[in-house]
Amino acid sequence: MINMNIFFKVFLSLLLTAVIILGIAIPTVSNPQGFFQFPFIPGLEEKARNIFFHVPMAWTSVLAFFMAMFYGIQYLRTKNPDYDLRSVSSAGLGLMFCILATVTGSIWAKFNWGSFWNWDPRETSIFILLLIYGAYFVLRSAIEEDEKRGALSAVYSIIAGVTVPFFVFVMPRIMSGLHPGSLGDEQGSGPVVEMNMAPNMLVIFFASLIGFTMLYFWMYSLRIRTARLEQQHYSTE
Amino acid sequence: MMTGLIPYQIFVKEIISEFRTRYALNALMMFVVTTLTMVVFSLGDNDVPYEILSGMLWIIIFFSAMSGLSRTFVAEEERGTSLTLRLLTKATNVYIGKLMYNIVLICSLSVFIALAYQFIIDDFVVQSQSIFWVTILLGSIGLAGASTILAAIIAKANTKGTLFPVLSFPILLPLLLTCIRATVLAVEGAFISEALKDFQILISFAIVMIAASVMLFNFVWND
Amino acid sequence: MVNSQFYDKQMRSLTLKVENVARVFARKTLFEGITFKISSGQSFAVTGKNGSGKSTLVKILCGLMTSSRGTIQYTVDNAVVPIDELFPHIGLVSPYLNMYDEFSGEENLQLFAKIRGIPVDQKYIDELLQRCTIYEHRKKEVRYYSSGMKQRLKYCAALLHRPVLLYLDEPSANLDEQGIGVVREVMQEQKQNGSLIFATNDELDLKYADSILDLNSLKIG
Repeated sequence: MINMNIFFKVFLSLLLTAVIILGIAIPTVSNPQGFFQFPFIPGLEEKARNIFFHVPMAWTSVLAFFMAMFYGIQYLRTKNPDYDLRSVSSAGLGLMFCILATVTGSIWAKFNWGSFWNWDPRETSIFILLLIYGAYFVLRSAIEEDEKRGALSAVYSIIAGVTVPFFVFVMPRIMSGLHPGSLGDEQGSGPVVEMNMAPNMLVIFFASLIGFTMLYFWMYSLRIRTARLEQQHYSTE
Repeated sequence: MMTGLIPYQIFVKEIISEFRTRYALNALMMFVVTTLTMVVFSLGDNDVPYEILSGMLWIIIFFSAMSGLSRTFVAEEERGTSLTLRLLTKATNVYIGKLMYNIVLICSLSVFIALAYQFIIDDFVVQSQSIFWVTILLGSIGLAGASTILAAIIAKANTKGTLFPVLSFPILLPLLLTCIRATVLAVEGAFISEALKDFQILISFAIVMIAASVMLFNFVWND
Repeated sequence: MVNSQFYDKQMRSLTLKVENVARVFARKTLFEGITFKISSGQSFAVTGKNGSGKSTLVKILCGLMTSSRGTIQYTVDNAVVPIDELFPHIGLVSPYLNMYDEFSGEENLQLFAKIRGIPVDQKYIDELLQRCTIYEHRKKEVRYYSSGMKQRLKYCAALLHRPVLLYLDEPSANLDEQGIGVVREVMQEQKQNGSLIFATNDELDLKYADSILDLNSLKIG
C-alpha cells in the first residue's frame, strides 16, 4: 500500500500551506501585475478564492466514492476482508470531504446569491452524494456479520455508482426547467471547465487539486494501516 | 425442464400469496387513501400551481412504493422461508419472479393513485393523457427495477423499515425528478416529441437498474 | 417395508468430499479441520452438544452458507457438480426450513415442484403425503398445522424430487412414535438407494450411521 516517504509528506505539507496562504492572502486588484496579484472580477471579487478549496474537496469526495465502489467490487469477487476495509476507509474520507465541500459551497452561495441553499444542479449533486454516503454508513451499522456487511454495502455502492451518469445528465435538464431564475453563470460549466481563470489563479488551483488529492491518499493510507493493526490486535486476543 | 417458467412460478406464488393475505389491499390501500386525503385537506381552497401538484403526485407514489415494495423479501426472511427458497432454485430466478411481482404491484398502485389524483384534485388537469400515462408506466417500472434489489438488501439487515427509504431515495431521485418533469409536460399539453428525452431517461434507468440487479442479486441473496 | 418405487427411477451415484472445512464467526472458530468422504450407499452422522455447530455444518454442506476455509466437492455420476447447481441432488429437513403458511400442505409440495422445474406428479405427491400420514390434512393451510405435521410435511418436501443425498437436521424433532418410525424407514431406504447425512444427539438415530463425526471432539468414528 502507499507508504509515503518523508519527502512526499514534507512536500505535501509545504504545498498545501502555500496554497492556503496564497489562496487567501493574494489581493485582488483591477489590473493584476505579476504572479502575486489576482484579477478583480465584478460580481465575484473575493469570493473567487472559494474555488481553491471547494472544488478540490468536491473532486476528492467523488474520487473517494469511486474508490470505495472499486474496492467493493474487489471484495465481492474475492471475499478478502482487506478490500472491505479499504472500501470503508475510502468512504469515510469521502464523507468528510463531501461535508466540507457542501459547507464551503453553501457559504459561497450565501455570499454570491444571498441564500445558503439554492438547489442548482451542482449543489444538488453534492448533496445527493452526501445522502449516498449517509445511506452507506447507515446500512453498515444495521448489519452485524462482517461478511454480510461487506457484501451488502459493496452491492449498494455499486448500485449508487451506476446512478451517477444519470445525475450528470438528468440534473441540468431538470434544474433549468424547474428553476428558470438561476443565474446564467451557474448554468454553464463554470470557470473550471472553461479554463477562463487568470493563469496565476490556475496554477494555484491545480496545486490545490493535486494537494488535496495527495492529502486524501495520505489519510487513506493512515486509516488502512491503523485499521489493519486493530484487526490484528483483536484476532490475537 | 422448462426453466424459463420458473420465475413465472415464483411470480404466481407471490400473487396468490397476496390474494390470501390481502396485505396490499389492506395496508397499502389504507396508506394511499390516507395520504391522498391529507393532501386534499392541506391544499384546501388554495390555487396551487400545477408544478407543485405534479411533484406531490410523485411523492405519494414514492412513499407508497416504500410501503409496499419491500414486503416480498422481508416476508420471506421473517417467516423463515428464504432458506427454503434458496434450496429450490437459482438466485436469478427468484429475482426475476419477485421483480415481476413488484412491477405489477407498483403499476397497479400508481395507476390507482394517478386516477384518484386526477379525479379528486380539481386544479390538476392533464391535457396530454398519453404523456401522462406513459410516464406513470415507465416511472413505475423504473421504481420497481431499483427498489427490488434494495428491498433484498434491507431484508438482510436489522432495522428494515426505516432503512428502505434511506437507501432508496438517493438512487431513485433522478427517476423521480424526470417523472415530475414529464408530468408537468403532460399537464401543459406538450407534444409527445418534447417528452421523448424524458422517456429515454426513464427507459434507460430501468434497464440499467435491472441489469445491475441481475448481476449483483446473487451476492445479496446467497450467503 | 421398503418402498422401492420411490427410488428405482434413478441410478445416480454421488460422492461428497469434504476437506479441512472450518467456520469462523466474529473471530471465534466454531469448528475446523472437518474432513470426510461419503459415497452412495453410505450414511454419515454429525453429533455434538447444542451450539457445537451441527446445523451450521449442515448448512455449509448444503450450500446455504459458505465455509471460512476448506473445500467441498460434489461428484454426481462422475461429473463434478458446483455448489450452486446442487438443487436436484440434495434434500434437506431442518428446523430452519419453513413452509408457506398461507398455502395448504399439498399446495406447498406442488409449488416446490414447479419452482424446482420438475413436473408436478400428483400421484407421487399423494403417496408421499400418505406415507408421512398427513394425507387427510393435505388441503388445510400450513398455518393450522401442528409442529409434528409441519415436520412430516418437511419430509415430503425433501423427498419430492427423489434426491440422491438426503440431509436431516434433527430427524426426530417434533415427532411422536409413529412419526419416528416412518423417519427410520426413510433413513433406511435412503441409505440403500442413495446417501444420507444427518445431525442429531439421539443415540437411537445414530445407529443408522456408518460413521459419526463428533463436533465436540472433532473425531470421526
